[in-house]
Amino acid sequence: METAPKSVRGVPPGKNKPQAKRKKPRRYWEEESAPPAAGASPGPPGKKARTREPRPQRSRSVHLARAARSSKKPQIARNASDRKKPRRTLSGAQDPFPGSAPAPVEVARKFCRIDKSGKLPHPKPKTRSKLEKAEAQEEEASVRAARAELLLPEDPGFLEGEDGEDTAKILQTDIVEAVDIASAAKHFDLNLRQFGPYRLNYSRTGRHLALGGRRGHVAALDWVTKKLMCEINVMEAVRDIHFLHSEALLAVAQNRWLYIYDNQGIELHCIRRCDRVTRLEFLPFHFLLATASETGFLTYLDVSVGKIVTALNARAGRLGVMTQNPYNAVIHLGHSNGTVSLWSPGVKEPLAKILCHRGGVRAVAVESTGTYMATSGLDHQLKIFDLRGTFQPLSARTLPQGAGHLAFSQRGLLVAGMGDVVNIWTGQGKASPPSLEQPYLTHRLSGHVHGLQFCPFEDVLGVGHSGGITSMLVPGAAEPNFDGLENNPYRSRKQRQEWEVKALLEKVPAELICLDPRALAKVDVITLEQQKKERIERLGYDPDAKAAFQPKAKQKGRSSTASLVKRKKKVMDQEHRDKVRQSLEQQQQQQQELAKPARARPSALDRFVR
Amino acid sequence: MNAIKPAKGLLALSQQDELMDLPGTYPLSASEDEGDSDGERKHQKLLEAIGSLNGKNRWKLPERSEASLKVSEFNVSSEGSGEKLALSDLLGPVKASSPLAAVRKQLSRIKSKKTLELPLNKGEVEQIHREAAFSKTSQTLSKWDSVVQKNREAEQLVFPIQKEPSSSFAPMEHMFRDWKARTPLEQEVFNLLHKNKQPVTDPLLTPVEKASLKAMSLEEAKIRRAELQRARALQSYYEARARRMKKTKSKKYHKIVKKGKAKQALRDFVELTKVDPAAALEELEKIEKARMMERMSLKHQNSGKWAKSKAIMAKYDLEARQAMQEQLAKNKELTQRLQVASESEEEGGAEEEEALVPDTVNEVQVNADGPNPWMLRSFSRDTKEDEVQEDSEQLPEPATHEFAESEENEKPVAEEDVLLKEFEERRYLRKQSELKQDAEPVGGQETKASTSQEVLSELRALSKKLKKENHLSKEQKESSAKNVPLVQEEEPAPEEEEPLLLQRPKKVQTVEELEALGEEDCLPNKELPRPTVEGEQMRKNPQSQPKGKSKKEQMISLQQLLTTRTPSSTSLAVPTTVEALDDEVERDQKQMIKEAFAGDDVIKEFLKEKREAIQASKPKDMDLTLPGWGEWGGMDLKPSAKKRRRFLIKAPEGPPRKDKNLPHVIISEQRNIHAAAHQVRVLPYPFTHHQQFERTVQTPMGSTWNTQRAFQKLTAPKIVTKPGHIIKPIKAEDVGYQSSPRSDLSVMQSNPRQHSKHPKQLKKNSRD
Repeated sequence: METAPKSVRGVPPGKNKPQAKRKKPRRYWEEESAPPAAGASPGPPGKKARTREPRPQRSRSVHLARAARSSKKPQIARNASDRKKPRRTLSGAQDPFPGSAPAPVEVARKFCRIDKSGKLPHPKPKTRSKLEKAEAQEEEASVRAARAELLLPEDPGFLEGEDGEDTAKILQTDIVEAVDIASAAKHFDLNLRQFGPYRLNYSRTGRHLALGGRRGHVAALDWVTKKLMCEINVMEAVRDIHFLHSEALLAVAQNRWLYIYDNQGIELHCIRRCDRVTRLEFLPFHFLLATASETGFLTYLDVSVGKIVTALNARAGRLGVMTQNPYNAVIHLGHSNGTVSLWSPGVKEPLAKILCHRGGVRAVAVESTGTYMATSGLDHQLKIFDLRGTFQPLSARTLPQGAGHLAFSQRGLLVAGMGDVVNIWTGQGKASPPSLEQPYLTHRLSGHVHGLQFCPFEDVLGVGHSGGITSMLVPGAAEPNFDGLENNPYRSRKQRQEWEVKALLEKVPAELICLDPRALAKVDVITLEQQKKERIERLGYDPDAKAAFQPKAKQKGRSSTASLVKRKKKVMDQEHRDKVRQSLEQQQQQQQELAKPARARPSALDRFVR
Repeated sequence: MNAIKPAKGLLALSQQDELMDLPGTYPLSASEDEGDSDGERKHQKLLEAIGSLNGKNRWKLPERSEASLKVSEFNVSSEGSGEKLALSDLLGPVKASSPLAAVRKQLSRIKSKKTLELPLNKGEVEQIHREAAFSKTSQTLSKWDSVVQKNREAEQLVFPIQKEPSSSFAPMEHMFRDWKARTPLEQEVFNLLHKNKQPVTDPLLTPVEKASLKAMSLEEAKIRRAELQRARALQSYYEARARRMKKTKSKKYHKIVKKGKAKQALRDFVELTKVDPAAALEELEKIEKARMMERMSLKHQNSGKWAKSKAIMAKYDLEARQAMQEQLAKNKELTQRLQVASESEEEGGAEEEEALVPDTVNEVQVNADGPNPWMLRSFSRDTKEDEVQEDSEQLPEPATHEFAESEENEKPVAEEDVLLKEFEERRYLRKQSELKQDAEPVGGQETKASTSQEVLSELRALSKKLKKENHLSKEQKESSAKNVPLVQEEEPAPEEEEPLLLQRPKKVQTVEELEALGEEDCLPNKELPRPTVEGEQMRKNPQSQPKGKSKKEQMISLQQLLTTRTPSSTSLAVPTTVEALDDEVERDQKQMIKEAFAGDDVIKEFLKEKREAIQASKPKDMDLTLPGWGEWGGMDLKPSAKKRRRFLIKAPEGPPRKDKNLPHVIISEQRNIHAAAHQVRVLPYPFTHHQQFERTVQTPMGSTWNTQRAFQKLTAPKIVTKPGHIIKPIKAEDVGYQSSPRSDLSVMQSNPRQHSKHPKQLKKNSRD
């Protein structure tokens, strides 16, 4: 679900930093005169000019957002007053750009959500006016959203090889040398050999990092400033670690039970109903913490009220592989019999079960738009599945050692951890699956990979391994523009609290999780029909049925029995003819559809058509 | 009246006098002589009497000479005046100007006027008044229909209603009233304007322009014109209808006219025979021809619709029977041979035979043979399709062979590449053919044919495949029950399937085969080099293994789905670890063991699971058999099959499963009731189908998905009221109507008394 771009709304001026209170609020004319932030400077001229900074500096983007906001407000006010005033000026000068600004059609289409594929039964005039109104609303909203896209100032980063050069051969050191200092600081290694392989998790804003070592080491830090929030040893095996809705709460799956700590490292809860948890996932819009356990149970814990919503028995033994589909909040579990099952808390059985591998499934990852799923299995294969209804494998390849960990970035890059190597693949265009032929980047670590996650809104990949934590630069991985009201990396404590309240108010009920999240906008046809049937039974007739044709009485012998019969028959014949015509049309359509697959056949090759 | 009375009196007097005179006229003629003065007169009288003796006017009465008391009304004569007396003269006024004119008028009016009808009773009168009042009121109110409609459809209504300003923008001079020319340049300009009598300040328009603006607005004129047009059109319709109605005559009229014509014709003919026998003969021939026509047309036999209906009625209705008889008689009469023409008896016999044949037979035949366009079309289409199919079956064979051969020649490693190439080739061919078509219209047909061949071959291959899929799935069920391998049947299949097998998965046929294949397929995996020191070995492709068994492998798609078509792994730039830690090595070994044992029965298990899921989701049949009812019951006795069949209620077939064509997926058919509880389950009013309603709710309204302005607009309230303002009822002026006191509803409401008086006034009028 694309949301309208809203980088603008997020940052209320003056609240961001204490400095701003003292200072006069900046205006756009001042902004122009101010020199741009230092981040834009490219690398040393002598070096290869193939890389660009993975992300421009944060602080600058915030400035831009603020500037845009402050310049927008007076504009609106002026517009309102303009309408009352006459258009003509005394001088007779005319507006060189009359009317509203043109909106790019392509962009606007992205925000159109009315599904016009299905055939609509012919509407009555009253209904038609409603439909037209809905369409007009959609168009206006989409055009406005498209116009607002202008306010997204940042472009994604990228990495290009010189002609013929393989980007996979570019080392991290090269990238670090090429980018600016601020970006280069995002590449670092934490050498923590003592407490075993590490799992890690970034908070939703991408600002905070939690890491849990197998041997009990739990830490949370603001990784951008490298400020440690807490560091404890739980004196127990740590299986997984995950932030809850904000960086203030931290769920840790320990050897026996599930614990929740705050950002001071104080233990808040010990949840004994979730025992022997192996993997944790948090569904941010539903406030659900999903846990997969060794005992084969998938448990949903509502963290807003502290209740367990459901505990589902997967009946597939130990659950060690879990991920969530960010598009529809469905949990994907990987099983040892090569299947991946899709779960929702409302249904006791899996929504779908996909046979993916001949061996057990080792890792699963789902893309942020919910279109593609990557799986790797014991048969050393890495496959990408299409999740839009067909669940067909789109591409597959055999990896020498098989991937133990998989993760998708916000912009669709796929990373696989194989032994002590991570490989990153990228797709050709936007919304295309990553092509597995040529890796985009590779990196070797000092230990075996144990956890992988791309940092949101930063071109950074965090890798937890037996030797500690590595944060590596992956240009073009993350979404460059963040929604300031949703995930603001620069939010203050107060802002976070406000956001928390709003998010809780907008919490989505757990039972709404299903494969098609737009099902809520559909009518419950089964119940509707059942009610209709019941009504017909109750009344004894169908009130909505079309009455049988009754010919009018006419004078001068034209209302004789024969003519009545004739008229009736005429109408009947007409109806019959219509029916026949319709069925013929349907047949033709079917034939065409049958004929089509021959044309539609090259769907496998569509990825080459551009 | 006074004038008439004396006249009448006079008359009466004179007549009486004459009556008195009469008896004594002749017998006392001599005794009446009185004097000399009377002599002449007497002589004349005598002469007259003598004259009257011989003619008609014997009774010519003598002129009245003197007044007498008795006047006979019978003896009025007009002899004296010399002209005849008319009644009108008597009635007419003596003088030229008379009050009789008024009386005459009254008289004529009385003559022309019929008697007054009885006044309607009270209830009816009231009803009429109500109807009139209703129609008038509804007409008045209908003016508001468009306004109501508009307000209902409006996205937002703001109350109190603000009048739209007459002009959207005021002239500049209104805004700058205080402004005065100060600088010399300005003053000069204004001087110039003044000299030319141009409007400078407030009235921006010249008086003439203003007057023209004040004239009737365009819209009003348009409305008026439209009304006139409509009235004219209605009138013309009405006239046309009246004309049409006038022309139409009743059945009876036509009947009489027909009969009259027939009689006239007969009479003419009789006369003609007398006058001109030759012409009569001709006429006779004509009649004969008519008879022949009649015989041919069978018009008057009992076959028509009318006749049939009469035939039905004839049983009960005497009139109908008579009518039928009449018709039959007419038929006989028409079909009778004239004496002149009757020559052979055989023909007559034949006729009779013909007549014996019921008419309905003919009709039925006609119906059966009658060209029913629908049937005809379907027939022709069937035949066409058959032809096409035959063609397609004949034509594309070589093409598919080619495919197969080429496939076999190529290595399956580069299957995708091959397909790509093929596709490109085909596309190229198609393009070429199109070009050719453009270039040479003569040779176009051939190329078309070739392209169509290609398309057809593709089509055919596909359809075959689909068929086979269905076929196979059926077979699979059977075979799973019987465990009979069906290899012989399926052997010819794979050759054709090869080219199109890329994506479409298929089910495994039998369990045995599946297992066998599993083993076969396991081989490459086993042979697949384990992660060792050399990465080069791993780049070997599992599919580049000895390909003796490749055919079977491709046939089974699940298998294929799980085996990879791996791109060459040379691209993997960085090799994996050369030296691994000890525990890593251990883990690797564990994995190896797992790999060795995993995967054999994965597919089998999955298929089993899927079968179970399908069975579980199928609607269950209901068995209502009662054992021991109507037959023997007991421990080992089962109710008979016939009975069971009779009392088994089969559940209706549910909709097809979503994973019907996806062998590797089980999609749950279970409905999420909790989610459905949040869905809309009643269609709101104007919508008749749920698709329509769904379209109107698909656009998200929240601020999460919209920009701020769009959000505000989408969630704007439907009605906005200004606090502290009185909301008055809508007036005609508010919506731009010219309010006329008669037609305005508010006026009608304001004086209801007047309205109620209205019927009374009407009553009065009717009494007058």
